[in-house]
Amino acid sequence: MAPPVLEIRNATKVYRTSGGFLSPKKEVVALQDYSLTIEKQPASITTIAGESGSGKTTLANVVLGFTPLTSGQILFHGQDLATMNRRQLLHYRRNVQAVFQDPFGVYNPFYRIEHVFHTVIRHFKLAESESQMRDMIEEALNVVGLHGVDVLRKYPHQLSGGQRQRIMMARVYLIKPEVIVADEPVSMVDASLRAAILEAMLGLRDELGVSFLYITHDLSTAYQVGDRINILYQGSVAETGTTVQVIDRPQHPYVQLLVDSVPAPDPAEKWDTEIELPDEEVLRSATSTGCRFYPRCPQRMDRCLEALPPLYDIDGRGHEAACYLYEDEAQMASAP
Amino acid sequence: MAEIPAEQVQRRRRKVLEVRNLRVHYETPTGDVIAVAGIDFDLYDGETLGLVGESGSGKSTAAYGILKLVQPPGRIVEGDVTLDGDELVHMNDSSFRQIRWTKLALIPQGAMNSLNPTMRVHRQITDAIEAHEGKQDKEALRERVLELFRMVGLPQRVYNMFPHELSGGMKQRVCIAMGIALHPTVVIADESTSALDVVVQRVVAQTMLRVKQALGVSMIMIGHDMGLMAQMVDRIAVMYAGKLVEVAPVETIFDEPMHPYSQVLIESIPSLKERKPLKITEGITHDPRNPPPGCIFQLRCPHVMERCRSEAPPLRELLMRHEVACHLYNDDGSLIEGAKLEAAS
Repeated sequence: MAPPVLEIRNATKVYRTSGGFLSPKKEVVALQDYSLTIEKQPASITTIAGESGSGKTTLANVVLGFTPLTSGQILFHGQDLATMNRRQLLHYRRNVQAVFQDPFGVYNPFYRIEHVFHTVIRHFKLAESESQMRDMIEEALNVVGLHGVDVLRKYPHQLSGGQRQRIMMARVYLIKPEVIVADEPVSMVDASLRAAILEAMLGLRDELGVSFLYITHDLSTAYQVGDRINILYQGSVAETGTTVQVIDRPQHPYVQLLVDSVPAPDPAEKWDTEIELPDEEVLRSATSTGCRFYPRCPQRMDRCLEALPPLYDIDGRGHEAACYLYEDEAQMASAP
Repeated sequence: MAEIPAEQVQRRRRKVLEVRNLRVHYETPTGDVIAVAGIDFDLYDGETLGLVGESGSGKSTAAYGILKLVQPPGRIVEGDVTLDGDELVHMNDSSFRQIRWTKLALIPQGAMNSLNPTMRVHRQITDAIEAHEGKQDKEALRERVLELFRMVGLPQRVYNMFPHELSGGMKQRVCIAMGIALHPTVVIADESTSALDVVVQRVVAQTMLRVKQALGVSMIMIGHDMGLMAQMVDRIAVMYAGKLVEVAPVETIFDEPMHPYSQVLIESIPSLKERKPLKITEGITHDPRNPPPGCIFQLRCPHVMERCRSEAPPLRELLMRHEVACHLYNDDGSLIEGAKLEAAS
């Protein structure tokens, strides 16, 4: 079998501060022993969700090659990102593209929208003639539901945030990558315009076979478009499975708290319980060896302090939670 | 929902804040940006009103207009704001300073930037108290601050801390404590929880609900998260491009929105209950310096008619406590002849 498009093996990223005046050296483990496989077929949308500080943006940065891993590997069709030469890296960058959070900051305000397309076509030498270039741009815009006459001669400030973000999707479509890393692509776009962007993602997946790493803190949009989901807590995976499995039946105590905290958009269904947060001090003293969620966990046990729990398969169908509560069930599920 | 006692129902008929024809413009070299284009609404005693809309709809500017905190190049062009019988817009600055905090308080958007980084937490609160009530006994003040902390669920040790030592959720609670320190009649919360992680957001939101119940203040909550609105507010006012397009009880807005924009807003809320096909809406709003004649939503409205392009629909009370600004409806709330809402949506 062909190697997967993208495979992340035991990725760990530690940020070290050099220490300075009055501040000691510090180490922050942003990502710990993280593994993920994205197969070529079928194309999928994998959601990486978590709160701030969970390591989701670090993951985007290491996959895009912005920062090297402390340990572990990122393999693209079986080849390690760290050992690629210049030519291979260009090939990698072409095939692993990014869409960022801020649809305002990625444009140069002095250029018309068409400049974005011309630059990328020239850089990757995608077109041989002017007319071919025009056709390619029009096709790409159509995929995300836009038309060249409406947008190409405009300046960025003349378009809405949703349109700008879809143009970024169209730009990515031109390059026809295998993977798109989308870091919070809808969080700065107004709610009524988000659907068009999510729809563009689904179109790229189904029509072009592009897989997505969809990085977000918003479980609701992930639930609408995601295939699989990874929920991170302080740098490691708390729970993974299909989006429906995880959100309909969360197993890890943190994920249960998280799903329960999303305000239901229904006035008839109000919060009926109060939740409490432990003190900051308790949180900061979280053990470095055991489960990171221990200080906040309502079901904590002594053994949670001993070692970081591995992912246990809960139902034998790929729904896994990193929690000792499921140790027994996992054994039963794996028994013949 | 909890039963509302009869005495509270009586109270809720009393208006504490009346906003009439409030207009706020921002001056730019190429003409005024009309951020708030003449809005009218009331806030009743003890109620929470949610002011919702997308970015740039003018919801925050409206709030800052009420608080008289609009900074140049912005200015209040016209309008009246009446709080408990006092007219605010034309009040002189020194009288208004007396009202700010004691009758009208703000819980700001970015708690991160609203606290003085060089001042210990308790000083920021006691300063505000002493500015209004004069010098006070140290011990009594301390007790008062700690009582506020208890109310918003902050531990006592925060008293002597600096803002940078607190997490985002705790800073937001300090801001809530400051907001209620002088028992204001009306609190305006501007996206007070939107920068927080979802679990912390829920804790802070519940703190606000509890404090509001305990003190019986009236509140205007500004935000764009419809889930949070569903949880926290009694009535919703939907704003679009500087105008109010619909005002109704929260259940009505969610179950039977009438204005086409509110319908889009409600339909585009993603849910954790069902995976539904995405509802796509197009569009770009008009240039805020130069709104088209007629209805402000005409460029995006799926039901736009000839009349909408020339005549701006006023906000009318079509059903009980349900105000809508749209030509699609007759005065009794029924659809006008020939309008087919279902087919077009």
